[in-house]
Amino acid sequence: MSDPTRPEPVERAATPAPTPFPAAGNISDADREDLRQHGILLTSLEELYGWGRSNSIWPLQFGLACCAIEMIAAATARFDIARFGAEIFRPSPRQADLMIVSGTVTKKMAPLVVRLWNQMPEPKYCIAMGACAISGGPFKQGYNVLKGIDRLIPVDIYIPGCPPRPEALLHGLTELQAKIRGERVSGPQAARHLRADQPSEFPIPDYGEHDLEPPSNPALFKPPVLPRKT
Amino acid sequence: MSLFPHLTAPPGPTVRAVHDEFHGDLLEVSMGPQHPSTHGVFRMVVTLDGEQIVKLKPVFGYLHRNHEKIAENTSYLSSMPYTDRLDYLCSMSNNWAYALAVEKLGGLTVPDRAQYLRVIMAELTRLVNHSCLVGFLFNDLGTSFTPLLYAFREREKILDLFESLSGSRMMCNYQRFGGCRVDPTPEWLATASALVDNFPKFLDEYETMLSGNEIMLARTQGVGRVAAAQAINAGITGPGLRACGVDYDVRKVDGYGFYPRFDFRVPLGAHGDTYDRYMMRILEMRESVKILQQAFRDLPAGPVMDPKAKLRGFRPKAGEAYGRLEGPKGELGFYLISDGSPNPWRYRVRPPSLINLTLLEEMCLGHTIADAVVILGSIDIVLGEVDR
Repeated sequence: MSDPTRPEPVERAATPAPTPFPAAGNISDADREDLRQHGILLTSLEELYGWGRSNSIWPLQFGLACCAIEMIAAATARFDIARFGAEIFRPSPRQADLMIVSGTVTKKMAPLVVRLWNQMPEPKYCIAMGACAISGGPFKQGYNVLKGIDRLIPVDIYIPGCPPRPEALLHGLTELQAKIRGERVSGPQAARHLRADQPSEFPIPDYGEHDLEPPSNPALFKPPVLPRKT
Repeated sequence: MSLFPHLTAPPGPTVRAVHDEFHGDLLEVSMGPQHPSTHGVFRMVVTLDGEQIVKLKPVFGYLHRNHEKIAENTSYLSSMPYTDRLDYLCSMSNNWAYALAVEKLGGLTVPDRAQYLRVIMAELTRLVNHSCLVGFLFNDLGTSFTPLLYAFREREKILDLFESLSGSRMMCNYQRFGGCRVDPTPEWLATASALVDNFPKFLDEYETMLSGNEIMLARTQGVGRVAAAQAINAGITGPGLRACGVDYDVRKVDGYGFYPRFDFRVPLGAHGDTYDRYMMRILEMRESVKILQQAFRDLPAGPVMDPKAKLRGFRPKAGEAYGRLEGPKGELGFYLISDGSPNPWRYRVRPPSLINLTLLEEMCLGHTIADAVVILGSIDIVLGEVDR
């Protein structure tokens, strides 16, 4: 399963809140706003880069179940995901930045989802849309249902609902945009895809006799420990 | 080591050369499960001679989420929300089909007002399903979203009605055995009635754009033909069967609910090709509008639930029942066996999407791979129902 040549993945650090770039440390946000009133924009390359990336997220055209219909609805006239720059659904993972896991992931489908994720180029993000993608949802007790896609690939945004409304998907997308804008391009707090010690691909599970082999990626998924009274 | 290697083998290379004694060198292409035009997680292993299909093997089960097994372990009432998620475009019809089966099993009666409301919900669902299907079909033909935008515009209006009534856009969970959950207000009925009266305008607009389109005619007429005998043998139901000219509509044949009280016609095709299947949807929507107008006109006052119906802790006597209705995709049936306990002993869905898929290979043979996509679109499958 794990590649010995690859360094062990480490815990992902929480994304720090966006702070002014060090070079602009003397200029407060109020000053910048003041300058903006006079038609002068101050920015840093990092901010510009994050702003551009966050407004041109291309999702993978990939529907799994019921939530996919709401994902399509989010792309149609009333909700219009194009307002957020994410209307270009690409059928090929090679051209996509964002995987919206929209629906129940079954054990038959799970290795293919991981393979699609591995085929996407960095930087890439994942939204778990709906109860099924988060935890298995109403079908959790089923023998063939993966209990959450975060067992196999890292998830950036979780959108609860069964199915979530298109507005909820848009909210999730704007949260992801805020996350992208807060990412640093250098230093110890650099974004995940810029750090050499962070994996970009994840092991694809095999079909085992009773379950997926392995059923979850131990580097990503830590099952909760239930405190029990003895 | 897998117990069923032939079932669980991971997909091999997506394209490989194969050799056939009759055709010579062929190409085997795996389309799906992630493919923009397979309507979900459906996979077709297509063997091609040049661009012509000589063999097509559907592979499904990528969305098998144990609906039947889960339903056997929960009470009769708790299965109702799961039926929403079978064919997730038509939750209201699924609810009704399940309620029909349980009502037969438990010998429940349904008040008149609830019967009318059920007809209203089922026909509104048919409008949603058929208009979206036509949009998706044109997506497969290469229109790149435009007709779908018109379809979803109308769908949102109907979904607003569903939401204001049941609390949820898609997963309505509205019907109960013995009636319906809530009574619509007079304002709701007025809004719905106005929407239905305006719907033919949308259909005219839709048809002006689509029905006579030259590319549409060239790509669909004579493509994916099915003979009537073949369709009957395969158990095809719904618009796919009627496109072959077979007059079989469960609403007329079975007369469930209050359908015998309504005056409507069953459109029939003549050629059994993709174009006829498309026209069936358009014509059925026009008939649905007629049914809806009659239902709004004749809707009686009264309760919407049978006062004797016991939802929680419902325990029917031992026995079996099969409830079926004409869903937008075909005959949707629920078969239940009860052993007197609060859970069904056996719970089986007769999914129209799955059974309509059985003729896919016969429809596609000899056509090009681009036609296979269109033929699949015209069959109208929803993977939640195919795999359950």
